[in-house]
Amino acid sequence: MNIYGIRAIYHFEMARTFRTLWESIAAPILTTSLYFIVFGKAIGSRMGNIDDISYGAFIIPGLVMLNLLNESISNASFGIYMPKWAGTIYELLSAPVSWVEILIGYVGAAATKSVMLGLLILGTARIFVPYQIAHPLWMIAFLLLTAVTFSLFGFIIGLWADNFQKLQVVPMLIVTPLTFLGGAFYSITMLPPLWQKITLFNPMVYLISGFRWCFYGVADVHIGMSIGMTFGFLIICLTFVGWVFKTGYKIRN
Amino acid sequence: MPISAENSVPIIFVRDVNKTYAGGFQALKKINLEIKRGEIFALLGPNGAGKTTLISIICGIVKASSGTIIAGGHDIVRDYRAARASIGLVPQELYTDSFESVWATIKFSRGLFGKAPNATYLEKVLRDLSLWDKRDAKIMTLSGGMKRRVLIAKALAHEPTILFLDEPSAGVDVELRHDMWRMVRELREQGTTIILTTHYIEEAEDMADRIGVISQGELIVVEDKDVLMRKLGKKQLMLTLRQPMTSIPAELSVWPLALSDDGHTLVYSFDSQKEETGIAELLRTLGEHNIEFKDLRSSESSLEDIFVSLVHQPKEALE
Repeated sequence: MNIYGIRAIYHFEMARTFRTLWESIAAPILTTSLYFIVFGKAIGSRMGNIDDISYGAFIIPGLVMLNLLNESISNASFGIYMPKWAGTIYELLSAPVSWVEILIGYVGAAATKSVMLGLLILGTARIFVPYQIAHPLWMIAFLLLTAVTFSLFGFIIGLWADNFQKLQVVPMLIVTPLTFLGGAFYSITMLPPLWQKITLFNPMVYLISGFRWCFYGVADVHIGMSIGMTFGFLIICLTFVGWVFKTGYKIRN
Repeated sequence: MPISAENSVPIIFVRDVNKTYAGGFQALKKINLEIKRGEIFALLGPNGAGKTTLISIICGIVKASSGTIIAGGHDIVRDYRAARASIGLVPQELYTDSFESVWATIKFSRGLFGKAPNATYLEKVLRDLSLWDKRDAKIMTLSGGMKRRVLIAKALAHEPTILFLDEPSAGVDVELRHDMWRMVRELREQGTTIILTTHYIEEAEDMADRIGVISQGELIVVEDKDVLMRKLGKKQLMLTLRQPMTSIPAELSVWPLALSDDGHTLVYSFDSQKEETGIAELLRTLGEHNIEFKDLRSSESSLEDIFVSLVHQPKEALE
């Protein structure tokens, strides 16, 4: 195992994060604060409780998840796309590092950053809304699992993309809409019966429901199903990345 | 560096390497090559000949379609870690991490290649390349020449025993070129094997121990530079005539002569390796036909002349 190689990639990526601290951390926190002010305070104060949880508190897991997914994807996709775009990927390809070590470096750094951001958003939420965490260890585990899985997904997007626009397509056109429709701002039990069934095809439902269970002990779908779905997606991503490195698809001619 | 018996084992073996890109273009055709330990090997060829593809395959950036490569005693596919750890690459293009500092980027390179941090060694590399004063500067603020130095520093950061320099002097000023070649000689003295490609053939002539010429994906010739120049080099005798000619007289048609455009110079090409160059006989014949000359001088073909003839007429040149 090339430990120095993993460390080099990880530190390089984290240094990039701290170099762009304002864009990386401050902007998502500001945006989320606006969500809490608008939905949690202004609109939420006029809405009733959901599952005995105030609306402001109810949307916290969904908002954290929304940021976590987008940040994980964009951090990891940008991380691997930049060397491709700048041409510096030659060094990575000619280095004595395996694809597992490359993944640990890039995905580890992307996941670290998004977990940091998730925790900061939780801290920010505390300023606006009182909330509880019923299962803190599960919450941390779920946060880590989701961050790693979607950082891996972002890494795949970064490998696939051949321009900056493509980097934005999946987060903007797929992840964000699915998260909004996956129960970030409502319980799926509030939907008509047919839509409740249809919405179960949305993978974000399982992530948001599972994360909300960690906070309040209530969920739209069983927690085991949420964890199973997340692991399933993780395995699919790992398999795909393994195939990419084995065949050299889009990276090694 | 004198090549001892131990050093006589080639450091790179390339066996039957072919490369066909996805679009069907065959970039390399059955390449066989051995690079000796501790030598400076110049790989020459026109644009698109396959030089960078071959280097990229040895370094692991591009996959060969078939064939075997051993670098530093390790198969580059089966034992890629050990093989790659022994290789440093300075790419042709100025690929840099623009927003990073010089120090951060070479530290990254050393770690990426599996080496423990060593600030003393990295400082030496930067000082040797006159980059120490720029260690905290962001790469984007450096000139093209300085960026080229940074790429060399990155390639040397993990103390490689094989160094590939792909067109290292392209677009750099004379001062840097001299510094770079001085450093290359020093590296060779320390035992590093250097493989370089260059468009400046006089540099290859000046620096290289051996020359390889690649054209249209085929390795046309690999030879010691001196042997190549002796074998393929031609000498010419130029006679400045007292009276210009409009054409070469029929009685001289048996001689391999050429007439300059202005008719003032007769050019005689001969093989300097032969016992009989024919010069004395030619001068006698000229005298017999009252063709007077006021000056004569000889010249030897440069590596560039040999390169051009190899690339354009490989069969004729090698015959």
